[in-house]
Amino acid sequence: MRIACPWCGPRPLSEFTYGGDAAKTRPKAPEAAGLETWMDYVYLRKNPAGRHREYWHHGSGCRCWLIVTRDTVTHEIEHVALAAPQMREGKK
Amino acid sequence: MRYSAVSLIRNAFTGHRRWPRVWREPEPKPAYDVVIIGGGGHGLATAHYLARNHGVTNVAVLEKSYLGNGNVGRNTTIVRSNYLCPDNIAFNEHSLKLWEGLSGDLNYNVMLSQRGVLVTFHTPAQRDAAIRRGNSMRLNGVDAVLLGREEVRKLVPIIDFSPSARFPILGGLLQPRGGSVRHDAVAWGYARSADARGVDIIQNCEVTGIKTGKGRVRAVETNRGSIRAKKVAIIVAGHSTLVAGMAGLRLPIESHVLQSFVTEPVKPVLDTVVSFGAAHFAVVQSDKGGLVFNGSLDGYNSYAQRGNMEALEDVAAAAASFMPCFSRLRLLRHWGGINDMTMDGSPIITKTPVKGLYFNGGWCYGGFKGTPASGWTMAHLIANDAPHELASGFTLSRFETGLVINENGAGPCPGRH
Repeated sequence: MRIACPWCGPRPLSEFTYGGDAAKTRPKAPEAAGLETWMDYVYLRKNPAGRHREYWHHGSGCRCWLIVTRDTVTHEIEHVALAAPQMREGKK
Repeated sequence: MRYSAVSLIRNAFTGHRRWPRVWREPEPKPAYDVVIIGGGGHGLATAHYLARNHGVTNVAVLEKSYLGNGNVGRNTTIVRSNYLCPDNIAFNEHSLKLWEGLSGDLNYNVMLSQRGVLVTFHTPAQRDAAIRRGNSMRLNGVDAVLLGREEVRKLVPIIDFSPSARFPILGGLLQPRGGSVRHDAVAWGYARSADARGVDIIQNCEVTGIKTGKGRVRAVETNRGSIRAKKVAIIVAGHSTLVAGMAGLRLPIESHVLQSFVTEPVKPVLDTVVSFGAAHFAVVQSDKGGLVFNGSLDGYNSYAQRGNMEALEDVAAAAASFMPCFSRLRLLRHWGGINDMTMDGSPIITKTPVKGLYFNGGWCYGGFKGTPASGWTMAHLIANDAPHELASGFTLSRFETGLVINENGAGPCPGRH
């Protein structure tokens, strides 16, 4: 598997670290969020067989966090974007 | 038909051409008392112990493919109970005791070889951890022996003990009763025994839906029609999330691929199961002579039941560093299995919010060794609608209460357990 980093271009998997499901969002009001909300955020995963949006860290390259849209059955990568702009805009 | 020396001799006279089929191939009936989704090791073991321990025989095991195509045929055949957390030790020790009597119980030779499982350590900190683990095992009545460098050298001389070794060996923790089991024979033996007691094993039957009504499970939809059931058990390993999702359940599980490798067969060179303490690498020599290697998870969500080159490189590097004499062996085969990794690295054997629906999964990469105890405790859960004491900690609710069973303290990162 190769990931096409927006800064560095296509790079081998060994340069990246997996950061998990990008669909999970931290509760907006951490103090007010109940046990169920935290349980959902920390532990429950959709774990789809197919399209999956996930974080990857390009640790041996530009050291940016990426959001990769990848198929978990074929490992085909549909889309790679920097995570930071999306995080700043408050999107998932 | 009972297998024995007499049956062997009798069949020798007919050139071994008249052995009966090992299990029937029945058509699914419209209804069963218990439907088990998944004809892997754990599903078949559950069926066997439901019939043997609880007299429940109106049971169907539904397998979407053929028996042995899933993880029961893809693992590296290692059995051991060298755990640290009390729940895991007690459970896996019960499992190891069942392995010890399994060939007799099933009347099928599962070829258990208690050749010992050795985990090496390479730093003083690792030695402390090994001592702690060994003490925890011995406190729980499990055999554990701490070996020094020279004792390890005597046991496994092919490890690199040279002064230039990248990770010098300080010693190892040995579980003498650990070893390996012929994995296909486990599937076949459990299937044969369950079938002989009246369980219907239905292959090429994929479950496509779970019907519930008034909070109870009613039936399963399959590609061979609808099958009504009083109780349904989901025991499908890597595809746990998808099948449980059919009943509206959400799980603390991610699916990850774990790869294994086998080399060309060579003469006996290794009579112990050895796990490298400095990198994730374990090796066992099969009866055919092939060296079976495994490494660590690929580390990202995957449902791909196949290997890839990244893991191959890691495992080959670890193998060559640990046992340099393997460096020129050729690999024959390379495959992957899908592991249902839980958030704390321990399994789940539980009732669900849907009455009559039970879940067994989240075995991470340790499912094979747990097969007998998993079947034993799951059968108890289904028959009595109450958890077996050995599996009472393996609940879903532990993630809410905080009573997680986290063997290596990796936190909710399934790829790191």
